[in-house]
Amino acid sequence: MLATLRCMVMRDLTLAMRHRSDVLTTVFFFIIVVSLFPLGVGPEAALLKEMAAGVVWVAALLASMLSLTRLFADDYNDGTLEQLLLVPQSLSLIVLGKVLAHWIISGLPLVVMSPLLGLQFGLEGDELMMLMVTLLLGTPVLSLLGAIGAALTLGLRGGGVLVSLLVLPLYIPVLIFGAGAVTASAAGMGADGHLSLMGAILLLALVLAPWASAAALRISVE
Amino acid sequence: MFNLFKYSSPATFYPLAGRLAVGFGIASAILLVIGLYMSFFVAPTDYKQGEGYRIMFIHVPAAWMSMLIYVVMACWAAAGMIWHTRLSSMMASSLAPTGAMFTFIALWTGALWGKPMWGAWWVWDARLTSELILLFLYVGFMALESAIDDPRRAARASGLLALVGVINVPIIYYSVQWWNTLHQGSSIKVVDGGVETSMSEIMVWTLLVMTFACWFYTIAVALCRVRSIILERESGASWVKALLQERK
Repeated sequence: MLATLRCMVMRDLTLAMRHRSDVLTTVFFFIIVVSLFPLGVGPEAALLKEMAAGVVWVAALLASMLSLTRLFADDYNDGTLEQLLLVPQSLSLIVLGKVLAHWIISGLPLVVMSPLLGLQFGLEGDELMMLMVTLLLGTPVLSLLGAIGAALTLGLRGGGVLVSLLVLPLYIPVLIFGAGAVTASAAGMGADGHLSLMGAILLLALVLAPWASAAALRISVE
Repeated sequence: MFNLFKYSSPATFYPLAGRLAVGFGIASAILLVIGLYMSFFVAPTDYKQGEGYRIMFIHVPAAWMSMLIYVVMACWAAAGMIWHTRLSSMMASSLAPTGAMFTFIALWTGALWGKPMWGAWWVWDARLTSELILLFLYVGFMALESAIDDPRRAARASGLLALVGVINVPIIYYSVQWWNTLHQGSSIKVVDGGVETSMSEIMVWTLLVMTFACWFYTIAVALCRVRSIILERESGASWVKALLQERK
């Protein structure tokens, strides 16, 4: 079981490393979107500090959305996906492997970049830490839920726009608790509750989402 | 023995749906007339909100229906996945536009009600926000369905989306509620649960009549729509051709 998972993750990571610019595009998109906000709302430090968590989180949602269409599309176009559907190993596991690789490529860089962006918005010590922790817990959920949308819209006209319509409403709880945790810890209320809920959502998504994505892939590819 | 699956075939369901739609349509029209008369003339003026509160008689049923229809839609989608009946997915897709319409009505009348009562068209209250998200879910369902050309794939894909959505609805609802209580001590409170206890009996009856009017309307419209969907998808079937011959 683990061998299948490992094999899928390594394969997708190797493929991603061959097209490094794709990975960098997502990260730079994230940085640019975050940087646009101060230009839009003005440079008042107090206002920016209050908005920081929300802005970084919304940018993370959009960035992970941007890379979703690539999750299955390349494999679908060159026929690999059909072969993957035929292998005796569980499809949910294969999907989980692909999602994990997608998270390492598009989610983890955002987690790593977030303290830097937080600093630009004037966040300090604990809040930066909290921002990183929430993103660490939340970005895998984005990849997991996004995989369902990506699988459903495989090979459709305007799939990219459609996937955002399907998936963004489902991202809302993650956004609320993620940004809420940072705000709550900044207000000195403690963010344990938020973090526990994010953990619960992550576990729930980890169990159900690969299965739903596998079902969606079977519908889309048959 | 009564065979549950007899009417799961589009050919047998088509005439039944026609008869049921007429029945529910008439019932809905009668109830709507009674309900509107009661809400405009019989229900007393509210001591706090004056005449403006009367918009409640369409707002509350619409909000209830918008939530109920999503759940019913997801149940049809689940039935379609489990038994692979064509009709179930057709029912799911026939309900979606009505559900979206009621969601929109609930939001729109809510805004109209909110302006005189709270002084704002829109507040980021938990109920309003989750209703808005529900609208997004309906739109996503319909967008996915219309983006896929193959009707079988469209039905199954949108069915799966409805199921994913219905698991998420409670999570979204509670997260929005907690977000609201954590973020802002709102000066405006949507008293909805409180309305019922303070409502006079006649108001409750009016509300019930209006709710059933909306309910029957939904059933009638969904059945009409499913008849069109059946004809469209089964256009190659011999019974449809025979039916069309008959009509000519």
